[in-house]
Amino acid sequence: MNKKKLSNHLLSTPFYLWIGAFIVIPLFMIFYYGFTDKTGAFTLENITAMAEPWHFKALMISVVLSVISTIICFLLAYPLAYILSQMKVNSHQYVVFMFILPMWMNFLLRTLAWQTLIEKTGVINGFLTALGLPALRIINTNYAIVLGMVYNYLPFMILPLYNTLAKIDPSVVNAARDLGANSFITFKRIIFPLSIPGIISGITMVFVPSLTTFVISNILGGSKILLIGNVIEQEFTVACNWHLGSGLSIVLMMFIVVNMVLSMIFDKDGEANAL
Amino acid sequence: MKKLFVLLLTSVLVLSSFTACGKEDGGNKLYVYNWGEYIDPAVLEMFEEETGIQVIYDEFETNESMYSKISAGASLYDLVCPSDYMISKMITEDLLQPINWDHVPNRIYIGEDYWEMSKGFDEEGQYALPYCWGTVGILYNTTLVSEPIDEWADLWDPQYTDEVLMQDSVRDAFMVALIKNGHSCNSQTTEELELAKQELINQKPIVQAYVVDQVRDKMIGGEAAIGVIYSGEAIYTQRENPDLEYVIPKEGSNLWIDSWVIPKNARNVENAEKFLDFLCRPDIALLNFDYITYSTPNVSAREMIEDEEIRNSEIAFPTLSNYNLEVYKYLGEETETIYNNFWKQVKAY
Repeated sequence: MNKKKLSNHLLSTPFYLWIGAFIVIPLFMIFYYGFTDKTGAFTLENITAMAEPWHFKALMISVVLSVISTIICFLLAYPLAYILSQMKVNSHQYVVFMFILPMWMNFLLRTLAWQTLIEKTGVINGFLTALGLPALRIINTNYAIVLGMVYNYLPFMILPLYNTLAKIDPSVVNAARDLGANSFITFKRIIFPLSIPGIISGITMVFVPSLTTFVISNILGGSKILLIGNVIEQEFTVACNWHLGSGLSIVLMMFIVVNMVLSMIFDKDGEANAL
Repeated sequence: MKKLFVLLLTSVLVLSSFTACGKEDGGNKLYVYNWGEYIDPAVLEMFEEETGIQVIYDEFETNESMYSKISAGASLYDLVCPSDYMISKMITEDLLQPINWDHVPNRIYIGEDYWEMSKGFDEEGQYALPYCWGTVGILYNTTLVSEPIDEWADLWDPQYTDEVLMQDSVRDAFMVALIKNGHSCNSQTTEELELAKQELINQKPIVQAYVVDQVRDKMIGGEAAIGVIYSGEAIYTQRENPDLEYVIPKEGSNLWIDSWVIPKNARNVENAEKFLDFLCRPDIALLNFDYITYSTPNVSAREMIEDEEIRNSEIAFPTLSNYNLEVYKYLGEETETIYNNFWKQVKAY
């Protein structure tokens, strides 16, 4: 082994240790718990439990809500990222900064703030009633959960989109225009296809946390709407059944793995790592 | 493969060395695990000042979440404050150690009735020191309801749709439904539980949210008209919002008692006993009562309460014989699983 290789290995030791202690071992434990029962014997029951109507319903609600949130995030973020990428260098950095700024505050606090805003007697309803308008009734519903997901995860959609769009060489766009393409055709044939890696990583980074969240549904859903994340959390904290919780997590991981594989196929430039 | 194995091994070694470090700093510390907002922070400060023991204080929201943390054995607390049925479960599972009462002389200030009550879950009085007690009842906002609320069935009244706050804790939620149906809140029969589950599912469209500690703030803010709440919160909420009224429903309810226990794996037992003795001192118990407003079993502290209305309050210190009250019992693992599964089905419905 030559010297350079050795020092590389040495330098990456903390990284290996980190991966081992906080990713490999916990994953191994999840799989161990997921495939065993309380006596330690092998079982598939924890996996198949996902088919039970109440688990399956929670999973379906989670999938539907996170798909909706991802679509909304995409529709909001794409035009914005595009406009940002067209702006002068100095000014766009401020705008990007503005979007990252709220992320400096704790995620829980921001979600709690939304609760105070949209509550029945909340700030927004206070305004609406003062203006003689009908009150907003979205707290503890699916709408509030989608709102929470979109608000919290929107920056994760904007940033990768912005990164890919900003990297598109203006001469490519100019060439298209020279060759007679109008703005719509240029967008459709040049800009959009070139931004696909950013779209895919944006979708992953919004869809995965939305699918697994349990905090947003707890705070904004009043614990009335059970997402699969809540079911798993309850199995660990309340029911004290780590085996079932792990089994359900493994099923949920499948969804995430599929999503990741898709994004790896499309995202060859590693936009997901751009943050 | 070999590489992976080495990797795993090193990480385990590193992790275990971390925990080893943790053990050495035992020193003059005390790890306390208590309910949220269940002590006057000034009491902790005074204790630290008087004894020089540093208190590391954590909070939990439900008995069940506390239990899963303690039983996993990962966290080493010296004092925990669970409720009756949970203590009984922990005794059964050998998670607690007896308290050396000789080191807690101030225990004499705790009333005889409460020691008697404790025998329901700690038969020989070895493990538990009563800390707070109370009932579960309905808190309602007189300006938001058409007539006074006095029974659990009112929580099913469609005119209060989206105005009801239920407890997000499995035993309390089932207690409401079971007692409404005229059954015991310690029911073990599947038919009765099935019926209660159905009741809770029927109630779901009327419920605004399932919450634990948030009931208090939501009721004070007028966010909901009716909430299921622990009696200890009633005095505090009434202080903040005079429109609120607390009632023990006429069908009956749950009587609970939270007590301090020392887990088997506690490392600072002596400090824990000092803390217990400190808490039993009447002046400290009074200070604590004024802050958390949960009924104190400390008889001398109660006598020292200046406000006569509170000292003789039917909410804080109810005449137990006037109500049909029942203490939760630990029902065994099998029944517990039924409760948990049914609760999950209610929540997922």
